[in-house]
Amino acid sequence: MIDLSINCELVRNILVRFIHSEITRTGYKRAVINLSGGIDSAVSCALASEALGPDNVLAIRIPYKTSSPGSLEHAQLLIDQLKIHSITIPISDMVDPLIVRFPEMSKTRKGNIMARARMIIAYDQSEEFHGLVVGTGNKTEILLGYTTLYGDSACALNPIGDLFKTQVRQLATELKIPREIIDKPPSADLWQGQTDEAELGFTYDKVDQLLYLLIDQRYQISECVQEGFDEKFVNLVANRVQRFQFKRSLPPIAKISSRTVGSDYLYFRDWGT
Amino acid sequence: MKIKIALAQLNSRLGDLTANLEHHLAIASEACQKSADLLVFPELSLTGYSLQDLVPQVAIRPSKKDPTFKQLLQASLEIDMVVGFVEEDARHRFYISAAYLSKGEIVHIHRKVHLPTYGIFDEKRFLAAGDTFRAFDTRFGRVGMLICEDFWHVSSPYLLWQDGADIFLLQSASPGRGVTDENIGSANWVETINRSYAGLFTAFFAHSNRVGFEDGLYFWGGATLFDPDGKLITKGPYDQEVITYAEMDLNQLRRTRTRLPLLRDERPEIVLHELGRILKHD
Repeated sequence: MIDLSINCELVRNILVRFIHSEITRTGYKRAVINLSGGIDSAVSCALASEALGPDNVLAIRIPYKTSSPGSLEHAQLLIDQLKIHSITIPISDMVDPLIVRFPEMSKTRKGNIMARARMIIAYDQSEEFHGLVVGTGNKTEILLGYTTLYGDSACALNPIGDLFKTQVRQLATELKIPREIIDKPPSADLWQGQTDEAELGFTYDKVDQLLYLLIDQRYQISECVQEGFDEKFVNLVANRVQRFQFKRSLPPIAKISSRTVGSDYLYFRDWGT
Repeated sequence: MKIKIALAQLNSRLGDLTANLEHHLAIASEACQKSADLLVFPELSLTGYSLQDLVPQVAIRPSKKDPTFKQLLQASLEIDMVVGFVEEDARHRFYISAAYLSKGEIVHIHRKVHLPTYGIFDEKRFLAAGDTFRAFDTRFGRVGMLICEDFWHVSSPYLLWQDGADIFLLQSASPGRGVTDENIGSANWVETINRSYAGLFTAFFAHSNRVGFEDGLYFWGGATLFDPDGKLITKGPYDQEVITYAEMDLNQLRRTRTRLPLLRDERPEIVLHELGRILKHD
């Protein structure tokens, strides 16, 4: 059994200070987070609230007309528990005019439009609230590319991007996130009945263990198979990780000059702070 | 002789020499008020760690005329100190350096020899490597300085030991990695090795590590001082920007080495001979 346990108290301490440091050093003191009702955004919200104080956090509920009503309720549970600011902005009126223009539009296209509409709302609210957008993507989804580029992956900083989904669950318990949120099946909630694990075709428990070996421990594919993982599954996951590298990279810039942003013009974001 | 050492686990502003210098002077002043004799700042304390293309912008030619060093040397009239900075040589190579300042003089400069260029580290891309390990005399005894990755190569403290170092001063900017144990995984490792070196070399081993964040990197602080018995004299808190003070009873060197004469019994000529054979063979 591959053990993905983390010292939640230690992780919480680091992530709270990370959020505080990365927001305040840029001259801000507030955070804006799209709160879906799921576990990832709940954890980011709780961390931000601890880092900045509840009065400095705005949670945005962004339902579409087909979103599960449970999502809104779960988001509200957390808002009430943390005593953070909140606003509800349904996205149906924003996205439907585009969606109805293309009657044959696939679920993937619709889902991407919704994710990007939510991104627009988060960034718009960040201007109004004078805060930075805190990300909610975990390591599993980042590695699997299970995100919408410039949609749910867009943020100014991401406190949970180095935690596998199963580790986010551990941290959620430490943060006393309501059980309803921790226990429900993870879903992007882009259409009714959607669940991550059905869509991906495997469970987070299983894929997290494999990703831990492949990525964190640098196992070769053959070594993962020796550890008991099905070869087809290992190849599927490894290919998926490779295929979605583009979602983890800034767009390549064609090099023409003697110094080019991204290749030989290199500065940390925290330059000067 | 007893001396008071101050280990300053500070947070630096990335690439802002002016702000960091002010911070150093304030800390030096505070350490003076606490009657410290020796103040050790972390690696690249004057510049921050993740410099990349900022390296030439923050580089210093250390001398009494340099405006940054001029003020640090002035402060060193009151307290000996080790600062971390980017050093530029006459031919415009850039090094990660540590300068030992005392009584208005630059006593010694160590250029980091081992530049990690793997994983999260990319030092060789931007910086030149030093090529010496030299112990040097101070008013407290003979000192050897190491900068971060230098310490992971056992030959580094060994050479300083053989060159007479009784007090080791390690500066680092160590990013935290590993969250499965009680403490940060990298912190556990560093502390274990610090303690081992103190015991193996029957010497004082002090570590000054920075705190704060640079983008996603997290520096954990936790300054330590181990005595020649490998005993922990003091440990700074993790994560907090504080000065940790400790008394070093230099007479402990004599007591420990009388009991455990590892230095007396070391056979460096065997090392030299065997290394000669091994390297020739290769």
